[in-house]
Order: sequence, then C-alpha cells, then structure tokens
Amino acid sequence: MIDYHFDWGVIARNADKLTDALLLGLWLAVVSLAIGCVIGLVTAYARVSGKWWLSRPVWLYVEFIRCTPLLLLVFFLYFGLPEFDISFLDKTQSFILSLSLYAGAYMSEVFRAGLASIPKQYVEAAKAIGLRPWQRQAYVVLPVMFRITLPSVSNNLISLFKDTSLAAAIAVPELTFTARQINANTFRVMESWLTASALYLATAYLIALVLRQIERRYAAIR
Amino acid sequence: MTDQPLLKATAVHKSFGEVEVLKGIDLTVRQGQVVSLIGASGSGKTTFLRCVNLLEEHDGGEILLDGDPIGYQVSGGKRRRLSETRISAQRARIGMVFQQFNLFPHLTAGENVMLGLTKVMGKSKAEAREIAEHWLRRVGLAERRDHYPYQLSGGQQQRVAIARAVAMQPRLLLFDEVTSALDPELVAEVLGVMHALADAGMTMLLVSHEMLFVRDVSHHVVFLDKGRIAQEGPPAEVFDNPESERLRSFLGRFHGLFGKVGNGSERPTQD
Amino acid sequence: MESWMTPGSFLFEAWQSRQGLLAGLAVTLASSALSIVMATVCGLLMGIGLTFGWWWLRLLARLYVDLMRGIPVLVLILFTYYGLALFGINVAAFWAGVIALGAFATAHVAENFRGAVESVPAGQMEAAKAIGLTFPKRLWYVILPQAVRRMLPPWVNTGLEIVKGTTLLSIIGVVELLLASQQVMARNYMIIDFYLLAMVMYLIINFAIAQLGGLLERRFSYLRY
Repeated sequence: MIDYHFDWGVIARNADKLTDALLLGLWLAVVSLAIGCVIGLVTAYARVSGKWWLSRPVWLYVEFIRCTPLLLLVFFLYFGLPEFDISFLDKTQSFILSLSLYAGAYMSEVFRAGLASIPKQYVEAAKAIGLRPWQRQAYVVLPVMFRITLPSVSNNLISLFKDTSLAAAIAVPELTFTARQINANTFRVMESWLTASALYLATAYLIALVLRQIERRYAAIR
Repeated sequence: MTDQPLLKATAVHKSFGEVEVLKGIDLTVRQGQVVSLIGASGSGKTTFLRCVNLLEEHDGGEILLDGDPIGYQVSGGKRRRLSETRISAQRARIGMVFQQFNLFPHLTAGENVMLGLTKVMGKSKAEAREIAEHWLRRVGLAERRDHYPYQLSGGQQQRVAIARAVAMQPRLLLFDEVTSALDPELVAEVLGVMHALADAGMTMLLVSHEMLFVRDVSHHVVFLDKGRIAQEGPPAEVFDNPESERLRSFLGRFHGLFGKVGNGSERPTQD
Repeated sequence: MESWMTPGSFLFEAWQSRQGLLAGLAVTLASSALSIVMATVCGLLMGIGLTFGWWWLRLLARLYVDLMRGIPVLVLILFTYYGLALFGINVAAFWAGVIALGAFATAHVAENFRGAVESVPAGQMEAAKAIGLTFPKRLWYVILPQAVRRMLPPWVNTGLEIVKGTTLLSIIGVVELLLASQQVMARNYMIIDFYLLAMVMYLIINFAIAQLGGLLERRFSYLRY
C-alpha cells in the first residue's frame, strides 16, 4: 500500500480558480440549455406539422446528433469552422454552439413527446371558446407542455452540466480543465480529482433539488 | 374420516394502516360447496379472499384449510409466521383466478398452465403437457395451446387462467371478480366455464358482481358490509328476503332483477 | 481515363491513411465491446443487489449508481487514468479507459435492471405466488424473463453511449477513431474532410446500434399487452 499524504492546502490555494471554473460550467450549461430549448421548440413544431419537408430535416438532425459523439462535434466546430472563414468564435462560444446544437436535438424529442401527449380535449376546448391558433398555442398548449416536460428538461440540464466537462478538451477553463491543471502542476492526484468529483456531484444534486421544488410547484396537470 | 370443513375462517381481522377492513369474519366452506361473497366496494370481500391464500396477511384470527392454519401458527400463545416453503405449499393447494387475468406474457397458453405442474408439483414435462392440454380442451381452448396471451381475447385469457388454476388440482378455487375486466359479450363464456366447474363438484369461493350468476351457481351467499358479515344463507334467502336496509339498497342497485326491493313494493321478477 | 484518385484529393488521402484509420476504428470497437461486456456483467450483478439485496447492499449499490451518474464520464476517465498510475498500477491508457467506461456504464445497467424489474406488473408476482412458486422460482420463471426482455432497449442505449464515450479516451492518448483521424489531419491539414469522414463512420455504427434497439423494442412490445 502506498503512503499518500493529503495536502488539502493545494485545493485551498486554488479555491478561487475552482469556483470560477464551476460557475463557468454552470453558465455554459444554462446558456446551451436555453438555446437548445429554442431550437427544440421550433423543431418540435416542425416535426408535428405534418409537412414532410419540415419534419424530415428535423428527424435527420435529431438522429444525426443522437449518433454523433459530442466530443467529435466540439472538435469539428472548433477546428472546422475557421476553415469556412467563420473564425470570430472563441473557444467558449464555439463550445456553447456545439452544446446547444447537441441539446437542441434532445429538447426537440422532449418537446415533440410533450406536444403529442397533450390531451386533445384541451385543444378542442380552446377551439370551442374561439381562440385563434396562435392564442391556442400561447395560452393553452405551451403552458401545459411546460408542466408536462419539466421533469425531462430538468434531467437534461443536469446532463448538460456534466457534458460541459468536454470543454476541457479545447482548453476552456471549466472545472475538469482546472482540475487537470492543478493535477499537472502539483501532482496532487487525489485532491484535485476528488474535489472536482465532489463539486460536480454537489452541484448536480443542488440543481436536482431546486428543480424538484419548481416541479412540485408546477406539477403536471393530468 | 372427519366431516371437517374444507375452509374454516375464524374471527379474521385485517387492517391497512389505520383502517380496519375486516372486523372479524367467520366463514365455513365445505367440500363441493360454492360460496359467493357479495357486497359494496370497500366491504372487504376481496381483502378476505386474498387473505385465504395469503396474498394479504390477516392480522388476527385463523384460517384453516383442511385443518391446516394458513400463513400463521399460534403456538404457546405466540403468533408465528410460517416458513416461505410451507406457505408456498399451502398456496399450491389453493387456486386463484384474478380480475386482470395475470397470465405470464412470456409463456404460451400451454406453458402458462404447465408452469405450476412442472415447477411446483414436480411433474415431468410430458405429463404436464398432457394435463395442460386436457384442461385447455375443457375450457374450450385446445387449439390455442401455443398462442401467447397477447394473441388471445380477454375472455380467452381468463379461461386459460382458470385452466392454469384448476390443472393443479387445488382443494379450493378462489375467483376475484374475474369477469369485471371483460367486455360484456365475453363474460358469458367465462361464467360458462365456472358453472361447469361448480357442477363437477369443485369447491369455489367467489367474489362477483354478476348477481344472476351468483344466485344461480352458489350454495351459500355471504353479504359483507363494512368488514362484517351482515347476512348469509342460501341464495333464495339472501336475495328474496334481505334482512338489512343495506342489503336491500345494495340489491336494489341491480336494476330490479330481484323480487322485493327498495321500499318493499312488488316488482316483476326477471325470468 | 483519368484516375479520380489524384494525390491531394480526399479519396487519395483517405486511401493513404486507411491503415491508421482502420486501426483507430478497431480500437474504438474493441474498447466499446470490452466496456459493454464489463458493464453488462457487473451491472446485472449490481442490479440484483440494488433490487433484491439486503438493506446495506441496496444502499451501497444506490450510492454507487448515484455517484457514477453525478460525475461526468470524462472526469471518471481522467481520475482513473491518473489515479491508477498513482497507486503503482501501471496500466496502459487503453485499459484505464475501458475500466472507467465500464464502471460508468455499470451504474446505468444496474439502474436499467432495477427499472425493468419494477416495471413488471405486480399482478405477475401475485399470480406466481398463487400457483405456489417459492421466491427464487418466482424470480427465475416469471419475473426475470420479463425483466430481461424489458431491459433490452435501454441496454442497447447504454451500448450506444459507450461507443460515443470511447471518443473521450482520445484525451488520455488512446488512438481510437477520433484521435486517429486527428493524426491524419495533422499530416495533411484536410480538417473538414476527415472530421466528416469520422462523423460518417460513427453515424453508421451508432445508427446500426440504434436500429437494433428499435427492433428489440418492437419485438418485445407484446409484453406490455
């Protein structure tokens, strides 16, 4: 058995770096989810529109993302876009783009299922009281769908937060990258990785807790 | 040879948390008898039925099958739960047919019937197959032996379920509202099978809402109300001379099928 | 006839690099297969503990599952890689990666198993009791046959995630398909081309797996009659 002397001072000295990294990770996740939700909502409506020239491309998009490793997408956009003379995106922005496209596909499926599961009666009732199509969507369909899909959206946020660790591959200073840096600089393997793991776990748990509260407040109408 | 009743329940109590569902049930079933439990939902009739083969565990009282206490034994003043092996052996002597059929979906009709024969009674595959085919023929489904439950109608599934229960030659057959989940046109085929079993001398304890059937096939009818037996007796007695107001109003719900109902006014009986 | 394989064209370069790329593909498939096998075996064992074990076993399994699902795969891979070296266990990055991916997926398989068992309707257990089967036989002849069939689609999905996860092994230097492609790009600077080629290859593999999952789902949908 080896002798390993823990030196938590290493973590204490890098506390500010780690905190910044954690917050950056959260930021990446939230922004990507937000953009992903917009993409997902638009594409979900395209899917249920019944017009093949709208739904087929969306299906392709979803299947493509589902079958492509996220890391490959990250690298492709980061190294590939400059080839198309799109080089104004920095590392972080490039990563957000990748993660948003990735999230968009999953949110598309979530919202598609959500739209499909809205009881027909609600829409018929909305029609019966004379609401116009856009009003029906805004006042009846979307609020109900929001409640139905809330659990799935929460789960996706937590997944996305974990996926932000891939930003480390292109040197974005989020948690995984920072932990690796500390590990490389100080050779303190256990401290750096245990801390990173603990921070991820704690944050994921807290997100889940907060979201569960929100879910309870807006419990799905059945 | 004793004239011992097949099933003897004494002071059976059962509570779910705070709610006492069975408040002391005494019931005797003799061999070859068909006993029906009727009553409103929540009266405890299904709970009692499920206590007989220990799908529910009674909190107090005793249930004897051929003199053998089900589930619990009182020795030296202490109430001890029997071993799983013994309980399983007891259940093997009792057959049950469920409202939701509960056929094993990954097995064919024949395999459903054979499972108990081979794995519980230890019969050989060949013997089990013969018995299974015999009983599937008896319920009119010989040609469906190799069909899976999803390929069968509700009535057919229930008949397979009956075959599955009867094939093990149980001392007693329990029926838990077995036609309630069926479409009306499929009910008759199942009741037909049950009638045939009764005529052949099977000992049956059933919970049912099919009042005409209950009146026709039972030797003894028990009306449960709020966890207690309110009235029991031969069908003619219970249906034609309801003693309590509760029984009268309960029977009255069955659209004037029975003699004197409601406020005692004469009503034409259904013939 | 002019050859379409002119030097400098994509097809020419692809052909030139075929050995490296195929080797990378082999590493991807090998690491995926090994991780899937490990995850399936360990996951089923853990799943049994999670569902049927004594209270302390269920607790331990629960902790393991929640741990693995709360930590990003990449962190697990890096931790395993650096951690094993620390403990003097000198394993190649390949094996560190396989172990990490396998350990991660074990949690998913265990959870899939638990979910599958719980999704078997309660009436099945009751019917099994009613014909007098003892607990072990109830599990073996009635519950597990149904649970395993119900588990197949999520299990295939876990396999899919593992295949995608092997790309993360490139970060610890394992030359699987992604890194192999990047090595080719480093030589000929044909970035878009070879990333697209890699994408197509992953697409083919993963789409096939996804279709298999769909097939299994339909094949066993009769269980939900």
